[in-house]
Amino acid sequence: MYAFDIKRPRSVEEAVAALADGEAQALGGGQTLIPTLRQRLADPGTLVSLSGIAELKYVRMEGDVLRIGGGTTHAQVAREAAAHYPALASLAGRIGDPAVRNRGTIGGSLANNDPSACYPAGALGSNATVVTGAREIAADDFFQGLFETALDEGEIVTEVRFPVPEAARYEKFIQPASRFALVAVFVARFAGGVRVAVTGASESGVFRWAEAEAALAADFTPEVVRGLTVQAEGMIGDLHGSAEYRAHLVGVITRRAVEGALA
Amino acid sequence: MTRVTITVNGRERSAEVEGRTLLVELLREGLGLTGTHVGCDTSQCGACDVHVDGLLVKSCAMFAVECDGAEVTTIEGMANADGTLGRVQQAFQNHHGLQCGFCTPGMVMAAAALLKDNPQPSEAEVRYYLDGNICRCTGYHNIVKAVMAASGQDVPACAAG
Ligand SMILES: Cc1cc2nc3c(=O)[nH]c(=O)nc-3n(C[C@H](O)[C@H](O)[C@H](O)COP(=O)(O)OP(=O)(O)OC[C@H]3O[C@@H](n4cnc5c(N)ncnc54)[C@H](O)[C@@H]3O)c2cc1C
Ligand code: FES
Ligand code: FES
Repeated sequence: MYAFDIKRPRSVEEAVAALADGEAQALGGGQTLIPTLRQRLADPGTLVSLSGIAELKYVRMEGDVLRIGGGTTHAQVAREAAAHYPALASLAGRIGDPAVRNRGTIGGSLANNDPSACYPAGALGSNATVVTGAREIAADDFFQGLFETALDEGEIVTEVRFPVPEAARYEKFIQPASRFALVAVFVARFAGGVRVAVTGASESGVFRWAEAEAALAADFTPEVVRGLTVQAEGMIGDLHGSAEYRAHLVGVITRRAVEGALA
Repeated sequence: MTRVTITVNGRERSAEVEGRTLLVELLREGLGLTGTHVGCDTSQCGACDVHVDGLLVKSCAMFAVECDGAEVTTIEGMANADGTLGRVQQAFQNHHGLQCGFCTPGMVMAAAALLKDNPQPSEAEVRYYLDGNICRCTGYHNIVKAVMAASGQDVPACAAG
């Protein structure tokens, strides 16, 4: 690793001030950033650790919206969201492994926007809103391609708001070596429509499968997905699976997600 | 350099560390506790698992300064006070849950964390919990047996040996 200092602010305000320095970068749970630093793929002058900020760690219902603090670990979400939004709690409980879940945070996962990560599908599929100190960003505007988001330099995710759907399910086909998704789909049925968010498949990161959403809005059954196909063009092809295989999996996993949501 | 003070296996220890010093480096190089192993560069193998304030974490994926004031338990803290093997360790020995032993410190720490939350796990729960601990030798069956035995349950007939 290159050398850097670590600051440990105790409030969001202090963290935002520390991040105003252009060389500084936020450190969430470090479950992505530390391996990256170890490979010398990042060289921040200063890391601003968010893990000591108590006001960023919470899971609570307000009306019919589940609010999660940006520094909340996957393990805490798995535990505390279970009663309010089981599909989201189940997603959090299947990220990586227990040690990763004890450190990794929702804010870090969304900010990173790995094309195979779980939370981007949960947030996009739930029509969530990402809140930063400065503004509120709809999930539809937040994810902007491979590892790209709408966040500005130094802007931190302080809260994520999830409208709780009538029925939902995150179906994850695991890539066993990395434990990320080879392909995973978050399906959510709201009174006003259905959302289908796909991760792990596309070269441009998480996306909504509009055709499936329309079909499922008319008839929320696994069968309606059977007739739909996804183009292999633009899908990830690597040693774990070809683009054609991933395109095929999108249909299969979406069907299973709908089955799970109905169960 | 920053001075950090942590309580390791019940004993208060203090050291000067850089920002980039990982917890595992502080344990192994700073404090001479070489029972915690490093098996990968990617935070995927679990050989470095320790408990920080009672939670299982990968000590290669946490900075030492973030542990200032924390209670850390390593494999060296798992033996009984009289030096005999602790319950989980003894079960690994009894059930041949190790071969080369490289993954074992992490396996024992993960197993202990599981049993603290879930004292009577099913075989499937043991396997799921140990997802982040990679073993190149045993094929896992004897590790699962050891964890089941450490929980006081019948050892599953999942494999020969
Ligand atoms: C073995 C292993 C398996 C994994 N498996 C999965 C998996 O199955 N599914 C999955 O989705 N992920 C998986 N992950 C990744 C894990 O979920 C990480 O926790 C997550 O991607 C990053 O969160 P973090 O809090 O650790 O962020 P960090 O690693 O600390 O930071 C990641 C990036 O986000 C920025 N950042 C951090 N917090 C914030 C914030 N609040 N606001 C703005 N920017 C911020 C950082 O500056 C950095 O650029 C795995 C990781 C490992 C090591
Ligand atoms: S050395 Fe920490 S996970 Fe491999
Ligand atoms: S016993 Fe050799 S790696 Fe597990």
